Amino acid sequence: MANNNNIDWKFEISPKRSLFEFNFKEIWNYRDLLILFVKRDIVTIYKQTILGPLWYLIQPLFTSVIFTIIFNGVANIETDGIPPFLYNLAGITAWNYFKDCLLATSDTFKGNQHIFGKVYFPRVILPLSIVLSNLIKFAIQLLVFITFYIYYCFFKGVDISPNNLVFLFPVLVIIMGFLSLGLGMMISSMVTKYRDLVFLLQFGVQLLMYLSLVAYPLSLIQEKLPQLSWLIEYNPMAQIIEASRYLLLNTGSISLGWMLYTVTFTFVVFILGLLIFNRTEKRFIDTI
Amino acid sequence: MSKDLILRVENISKQYRLGTVGTGTLADDLTRWWHLVRGKEDPFLKIGDTNKRDTKGSSDYVWSLKDINFDVYKGDVIGIIGKNGAGKSTLLKILSRVTTPTTGSIKSNGRIASLLEVGTGFHPELTGRENVFLNGAILGMTKKEITSKLDEIIEFSGCERYIDTPTKRYSSGMTVRLAFAVAAFLEPDILIVDEVLAVGDAEFQKKAIGKMKDISSGDNGRTVLFVSHNMAAVKSLCSTGILLNNGEVLCKGEIDEVLQQYQLLNVSNAIDLNNFNRKGNGLCRVTDIAIISQDDDIKKTTFKLGEKISIKLQLNNLANQAIENLRVVIGVYNLNDEGYLRFDTKTTSSIIKISEDKESYITCTLEEHLNIKPDQYSINIAIFQGDDLVDYVNNVSRFEIENYDYYNTGQSIQDSELSKVFYKHTWH
Repeated sequence: MANNNNIDWKFEISPKRSLFEFNFKEIWNYRDLLILFVKRDIVTIYKQTILGPLWYLIQPLFTSVIFTIIFNGVANIETDGIPPFLYNLAGITAWNYFKDCLLATSDTFKGNQHIFGKVYFPRVILPLSIVLSNLIKFAIQLLVFITFYIYYCFFKGVDISPNNLVFLFPVLVIIMGFLSLGLGMMISSMVTKYRDLVFLLQFGVQLLMYLSLVAYPLSLIQEKLPQLSWLIEYNPMAQIIEASRYLLLNTGSISLGWMLYTVTFTFVVFILGLLIFNRTEKRFIDTI
Repeated sequence: MSKDLILRVENISKQYRLGTVGTGTLADDLTRWWHLVRGKEDPFLKIGDTNKRDTKGSSDYVWSLKDINFDVYKGDVIGIIGKNGAGKSTLLKILSRVTTPTTGSIKSNGRIASLLEVGTGFHPELTGRENVFLNGAILGMTKKEITSKLDEIIEFSGCERYIDTPTKRYSSGMTVRLAFAVAAFLEPDILIVDEVLAVGDAEFQKKAIGKMKDISSGDNGRTVLFVSHNMAAVKSLCSTGILLNNGEVLCKGEIDEVLQQYQLLNVSNAIDLNNFNRKGNGLCRVTDIAIISQDDDIKKTTFKLGEKISIKLQLNNLANQAIENLRVVIGVYNLNDEGYLRFDTKTTSSIIKISEDKESYITCTLEEHLNIKPDQYSINIAIFQGDDLVDYVNNVSRFEIENYDYYNTGQSIQDSELSKVFYKHTWH
């Protein structure tokens, strides 16, 4: 047995944790699992409901109607010539994607502990699958938005048109995906030990929505509450939603500086989230 | 040894914190962080008790595993046994990478797949077929591998008719069968199995054990680490064993030896017969038990198979008067608490009484040979007066029966562990 000491071991499990130790090859090996998780999420969510995937449509439509009544009907917010319903629908569609991803990914460890406690696979597969499966939901909702877009454009004769840069819209979606993934992974990791964050997140998301320009333009806040507008300008989600409306409806404003800020912010959050997640995944099962 | 080393476990320890997570945890976390920032060692690693669940410890930290070392060679089938809380599951969790060890390392030369539970990730709304794919992928198979084995998996599970029905419509037995079927077709280099055989009906259990045997036997048999409380399964599947007790390796080696050690663990330490604080009204107490060979009239603890014995009880009369109408029952049990012999004064209509002297003796003489399986046994004694329990002791006077040439063939009995009782017999 003396000569066993110089064996080349292929795998090693030890308590030492390197901060930047990512096994991308391993994640690639589990790509089938990623696809199956995405499929599971999509197939099972509306099983045994009568309306099925129609719920994907009903939810944003109703929210949009309510917002139109409250913000535009009662509060008289101007939407720059765009039909308020369409204006709100654009904001809600984008916001919903971010919100759904964030809430679901931040439950990764807590919600899947029965699986994680029994078998090993790269944990990051699960939040990834959530962001991907929500993408499909988002696509369906985007389709609804486009339907109403065409309806207003051709049947109501409203003068709306997308911006020339509309082809950049997918980039915004990707940024949203990474932002929610990064935040979600961070929160999920911290929730394993201290559950306080669950409560914080519940109303935090509500509050963030009002700070994310879902139902009003950035110009409005700059005009009426200039001393607080920084709060919204520094919120990357507000920048993303304002930019989406700029691309889709050609309204509002976009600035290269703030876009760079948003991308950098997202990148930092994502990397930080990945690091924390990677650190947590190895032993969270002891503390959860 | 020409076998290849495939897994090496070095100094594995695992510490857990007891109690609930609360402000104390935050305080400890901060202390730990402060030590790490200054480049010092984690202060909580120095403390901690061994993991004895029934005694009160001095700190909130326990070592669930402490300095575990062993090597596994290719093709080994190792049984890991131990009482509840011995650290078996923690060890498996570390091996299957569900959690990390606190210290030490595990090095391996092959892919490890673990079966800590069957049906992990089964979704009740998905059909059997969809769940096979999902579960297989969770266990580490690729879609291609699963597709190529799908027919075999379905056939092995015996759920063909239901395969396109959501698993929520399955009986619990069917779910388990399907789940085990997926697991049975896993092909890792090292397979870790925890108690999964304890599922399904008798027919399926037999099938499952058979499958496990297939997996582990043959020229390119898989390396298997198997945890179970089912000693029969461990004995039939495993070649070597590791016995854990309170987080430490108590012994490792040939499975028979390890199983024997495990049986010894199950016997609580000998009861002090002079401690009268026990069941019964205490008119008299058993103070000594002697098992005596009729051959040489000597008190012994090891007997030959087929020897004739007497059991002699020494009683201490505490009533200061003669006690009449006693009923004495002697039971002989093996170390798994299975009853083997029973001697009861009632069944022989014997009348037992003891005089007012302080010390009396009762002897039970066996007229037959002691022709039961070579093993370790212990004695239970109950004494009644009418319906009242006078004295009761259990698990005392352990003795051993060793294999012997009971049949007078010139050698001791072959395969003696396969029979519980031995009768002299003739063939024509």
